Amino acid sequence: MSFVSFVLNDMDLSVRIGSLTLKNPVIAASGCFGYGVEYADVVELSSLGAIVSKGLFLKEREGHPAPRIVETPAGMLNAIGLQGIGVHRFIDEKLPELRARGATVIVNVCGTTLDEYVEVSRILSGAEGVAGLELNISCPNIKEGGIQFGCSLHGTFDVVSAVRKVTTLPVIPKLTPNVTDVASFARAAEEAGADAVSLVNTFLAMVLDVETRRPKISNVVGGLSGPAIRPIAVRMVYECRQTVKIPILGMGGIADARDALEFIIAGASAVQVGTASFVDPFIWTKLIDGISDYLTRHNVARVADLVGTVDTRAQDKEWISS
Amino acid sequence: MQYTAAMPIDVAADVIWNRPLSNDYNVLALAAPAIAAAAAPGQFVMVKAGAGVDPLLRRPFSVFEILRDATGAPSGLTILSKRIGVSTALLYDKGQGQRIDCLGPLGRPFTVVDPPTDAWMVAGGVGLAPFATLAQALHARGVTSTLFYGARRGAELFYLDFFRALSVELVLTTEDGSVGERGRVVAPLDRRLAARAPSSAVMLYACGPEGMLAATARTAMKHGRPCQVSVERIMGCGLGGCYSCVIPMRDGHGGFHHVRSCIAGPVLPADQIVWG
Repeated sequence: MSFVSFVLNDMDLSVRIGSLTLKNPVIAASGCFGYGVEYADVVELSSLGAIVSKGLFLKEREGHPAPRIVETPAGMLNAIGLQGIGVHRFIDEKLPELRARGATVIVNVCGTTLDEYVEVSRILSGAEGVAGLELNISCPNIKEGGIQFGCSLHGTFDVVSAVRKVTTLPVIPKLTPNVTDVASFARAAEEAGADAVSLVNTFLAMVLDVETRRPKISNVVGGLSGPAIRPIAVRMVYECRQTVKIPILGMGGIADARDALEFIIAGASAVQVGTASFVDPFIWTKLIDGISDYLTRHNVARVADLVGTVDTRAQDKEWISS
Repeated sequence: MQYTAAMPIDVAADVIWNRPLSNDYNVLALAAPAIAAAAAPGQFVMVKAGAGVDPLLRRPFSVFEILRDATGAPSGLTILSKRIGVSTALLYDKGQGQRIDCLGPLGRPFTVVDPPTDAWMVAGGVGLAPFATLAQALHARGVTSTLFYGARRGAELFYLDFFRALSVELVLTTEDGSVGERGRVVAPLDRRLAARAPSSAVMLYACGPEGMLAATARTAMKHGRPCQVSVERIMGCGLGGCYSCVIPMRDGHGGFHHVRSCIAGPVLPADQIVWG
């Protein structure tokens, strides 16, 4: 291929998501990276494959009262309630700096109604510097919208196909794991014209203080993230990889390059990282370098060649030889 | 809006020493000279109490003291910790030479006043933490300072000689009456403010449990005095990414908006906070 010479001394980390090419497969997950500008002094924003903004509705939202998070073994529960500045202020106040810094910006689109998803998507499609739309149909923490679309195959299909009609940007619905069969939702998204799917959002969960019998977060229930959920998320990515052809943006408890590679091998074309970046805000170069080192060590030229390469026979071989 | 004053520094800091102050409180000295050199009074660090994923997240701590070497150069910092959960229990038991990830300095510091304005610091329990460096800064500027300091019992009033050495007047209260006045620290604060001539300026600084902060804020407003509070909220990241640590602030139109105490604070104007 024509770009082989370009990658001779360097692994090719690029990832294609529909019409969009990411320079590497490491993405800052929505809701965990503010609007990106908060981290401009911590990480070169343009060095990431992409950043996904906090979820945006048409209007500003204040979200839930504190406490909004509680730590759990190897994880954390959150119910922020999609506090956000709304799509217009995002375009006016955040997008110019993100553009100036060369960030690849995927915007997380929220809605309480199907019309709102469409309108927010339409507005963003006209804004300079938006590289893709991640449709948040999976937030477990708000009463209206979000997960009510994401927990229904028809709802998923309807939102994706309606947004598809108003944008040429890559459309990437973010799927909830709080369903029986995630892969069927990935298929509904693919049939509706999605360019990729992000999975998984958080697992609906609950933590109580037994002394006071009170929930530890104000919303009573919240979404579990962090290493605790990783094996379940890997399994879901693997199942979706068997079912759909569109790229998968995998996430759920990734804390180092090995974790990221696990998702890629299971079938993710790119990975998103959230909770781990709270613990280590400088994690990004470690992830990118770690993936690159792995490719070198295993003599794989392109990270794309690693996607969905689970060797299900390996275990049998070892079994027999031992 | 400027989010971070500078790129925060992440150090795998050696524990220089760990000094228990009681069965619950300890002071932990960390070899983080670059953070110490950059820190201003009221700023905080995010500390990972243990390796691995349980506990998973870092915890915020005010920078308590700046340690200096023989030449006066910053050599480290200390944090004041009270054992209330998994992370603080680990921090209580840390030994010399163990390493702790320490990120900082973070957040907006106190605005330090100049004479002739006096400074009245109001501390409850572990809320003493940001006032050691503030008292030093005030002393360096020649500001007349008072520390109103409340605890449950006399044995939990710490570092009194440290503040006396900086010419800080101490007004002590304990809930059991074992040292100082029996009751809450806001009572003597209220009396002192009532007795003070309106023409003599005073800036209040407060840090402690939320109920104490709210009472201090109300008392300050009642007497028409400005007050900076250092709020403590459960934080996920300390950098503005997660929106966990929000506090409701007046929006100027009769409503409120949630601001992130990690980057808009932790020091905030008391009269702008919507107290619960």
